[in-house]
Amino acid sequence: MDKINLTIDNKDIKVPPGTTLLKAAEKAGIDVPSLCYHPDLTIHGACRVCVIENLKDNSLLASCVTPVQNGMELSTRSMKARKARRRNVKLLLANHPNDCLGCDRNGSCELQDITHNLGICREDIEEIQGEVRKVPRDQVGPALKRDPNKCILCGRCVRVCEEVQGVSALQFSNRGFDSIVTTAFDLPQSEINCANCGQCATVCPVGAITEVSEIKNVWEALEDDNLHVVCQTAPSIQATIGEEFGYKAGTVVTGKLIAALDKLGFDRVFSTEFTADLTIMEEGAEFLQRITKNENLPHITSCCPGWVKYAEHNYPELLNHLSSAKSPQQMFSALSKTYYAEKEGLDPEKIYTVSIMPCTAKKFEKEREEINASQSKDTDAVLTTRELARMIKEVGIKFEMLEDKEYDILMGKHTGAGTIFGTTGGVAEAAVRTVKEKLTGEPLNRLDLGFKGINKAEVVINDKIIRVAIVNGLKNAEKILKEVKKGQSNYDFVEIMACPHGCVGGGGQPLPVDEKTKELRGNSLSHTDRQSVVRRSHKNPMIEKLYSEYLKEPNGSKSHQLLHTSYKKRAKN
Amino acid sequence: MVCNCTYEESTKYLEPLQEILKNYQTIEKNLVPILQDVQDEYGYLPRDILSEIATYLDLSLSQVFGVVTFYSQFHLKPRGENIIRVCTGTACHVRGGSEVLEQIQEELNIKNGQTTDDLSFTLETVACIGACGLAPVIMINDETYGRMTAEKVLDVLGEYIE
Repeated sequence: MDKINLTIDNKDIKVPPGTTLLKAAEKAGIDVPSLCYHPDLTIHGACRVCVIENLKDNSLLASCVTPVQNGMELSTRSMKARKARRRNVKLLLANHPNDCLGCDRNGSCELQDITHNLGICREDIEEIQGEVRKVPRDQVGPALKRDPNKCILCGRCVRVCEEVQGVSALQFSNRGFDSIVTTAFDLPQSEINCANCGQCATVCPVGAITEVSEIKNVWEALEDDNLHVVCQTAPSIQATIGEEFGYKAGTVVTGKLIAALDKLGFDRVFSTEFTADLTIMEEGAEFLQRITKNENLPHITSCCPGWVKYAEHNYPELLNHLSSAKSPQQMFSALSKTYYAEKEGLDPEKIYTVSIMPCTAKKFEKEREEINASQSKDTDAVLTTRELARMIKEVGIKFEMLEDKEYDILMGKHTGAGTIFGTTGGVAEAAVRTVKEKLTGEPLNRLDLGFKGINKAEVVINDKIIRVAIVNGLKNAEKILKEVKKGQSNYDFVEIMACPHGCVGGGGQPLPVDEKTKELRGNSLSHTDRQSVVRRSHKNPMIEKLYSEYLKEPNGSKSHQLLHTSYKKRAKN
Repeated sequence: MVCNCTYEESTKYLEPLQEILKNYQTIEKNLVPILQDVQDEYGYLPRDILSEIATYLDLSLSQVFGVVTFYSQFHLKPRGENIIRVCTGTACHVRGGSEVLEQIQEELNIKNGQTTDDLSFTLETVACIGACGLAPVIMINDETYGRMTAEKVLDVLGEYIE
């Protein structure tokens, strides 16, 4: 189709029809500020921060929603456009607590950045005085907390929850000045159909939705000489935490991550990739059994706690399809207080287990009653990538100057299969690798499943075709689950991750984030896997040791006691 | 479900709702008419009922809550048997509408927007009911009472107090 000609700030631009003015301006090298706009979501056009002037009739156009037209003459920098943008931001600030110093998003807040860039100062803010919202805060947790007083009603969280996750736990309610984004009857997120995935927190431009911080508890544990503090880092952290210290998205900083944790004072630094390998052993054995008996197929993964809670609310009749294997986090924590305690001769009561996770739902998972295998709580604290970065910054560790270290061996040794747990498709690939080799003795060529939405693959194992599907984003999961429910699915193995791109796109990862960043992070994990010497979970020598000296066999009685769990039906609404 | 009633009680409670839902297909656009019918039947929109409606229409409770709180016609709390509407339009205001309102508030011991504990009265203010010639005006249910004074309004209320 013919391109559209227009001028922006006196520069001639040619763009395809349908392009928005915001995108066209980007092409002209102009970054128009915006707040309600998010590249991964539908367009809303509510905040009016992105207005630019149409020089032909002097009208102001919201650039994020207005499509280009032939012959348009626009100015992003006219007095009128600049004044309007400043006024609109000032109006947002007039009903904002403006307590940046005590805000979780201080330094990563889009409203703060725009205020700074537009040169809005205290006098400007004080110029507009009005009534200020005073709504109670939801601090209940255990995963997320909300402060509606900070909310600028951009609707990003509402859209991500509906469009990407299909959950709609958050909605606009009330009207006019009283409008707020909230849950039904203002219930805490922990008490409703919320999956705790934290995608809302990743798209929130301000500090209205953030994770419940456990930093204080972890510092206290590290200070306590009576406690032996071990930590596990989830596979994706190595590919994301660098962003917090100025590295490009997708830079893998495993050695520095371990060194930083060591400096913070953890007694042992282990990797969740070790128990990802273990998950493959347990889940693989379970899948083999199901395939042989042809029961409860498709086998659906259970390592993502956001997905598990979503299933409990929306598909209780399919819970028998979920693997009974615990998530790698919970397997690690269970072993840290049993196997590890025994090997090191430590009192399990004195072990404090911290997980570094990309995820807010993991904070909820650790609180599940049925999940604990040891006498005490298996996982004591969960820190998101963002929280860990804050701790490292607090004590002034110069991340880039750290000398690479390696994981402690007993529960740190892992394979490439464990590494790719951190990105979409990784769990399925790792499982099929082990299952195929166990059955045929032949290694598996890469499935190389794509990143977005739903992807399918077929693997031939001993004349039998195994149909694998991977899904990320709960809205996508709904499509496959509806097929399963109607008995129309012919899949054998389905991997489901709540967050787009899997854990690299998790609710606890560094901000800001968009599709492109997530893809770079995921690519890095796949690359790390390809470079690993050992790429199949069952070849991990420490896993072999764990079975020979402690668990005996996958899916055996000891495994069941420590590494498997159950699920329960929860109300849909 | 929030209530602690027995299975039989809750089934009985939900019966009128099930009757209403029979008239509607499970399409999102039916939400508002269903809410209107349900409010007519139950007098307000209880949380348990809203959960059922949300599930019926394959919506989340938050989505239904968003719609309910958007429209002033919907009520989340039980309403009184008699609805008192006090006009606060210009004409009524000038002729002493606020004293009438104060008198009612004092007499029933409720504030504007509230319902008495015995569920006999709900008190609301309205902007204008189009009877400015009779100002100050109040309405109780569908009856209009004009030229109110703080004394007269007590007699009118008396007619409704059992």
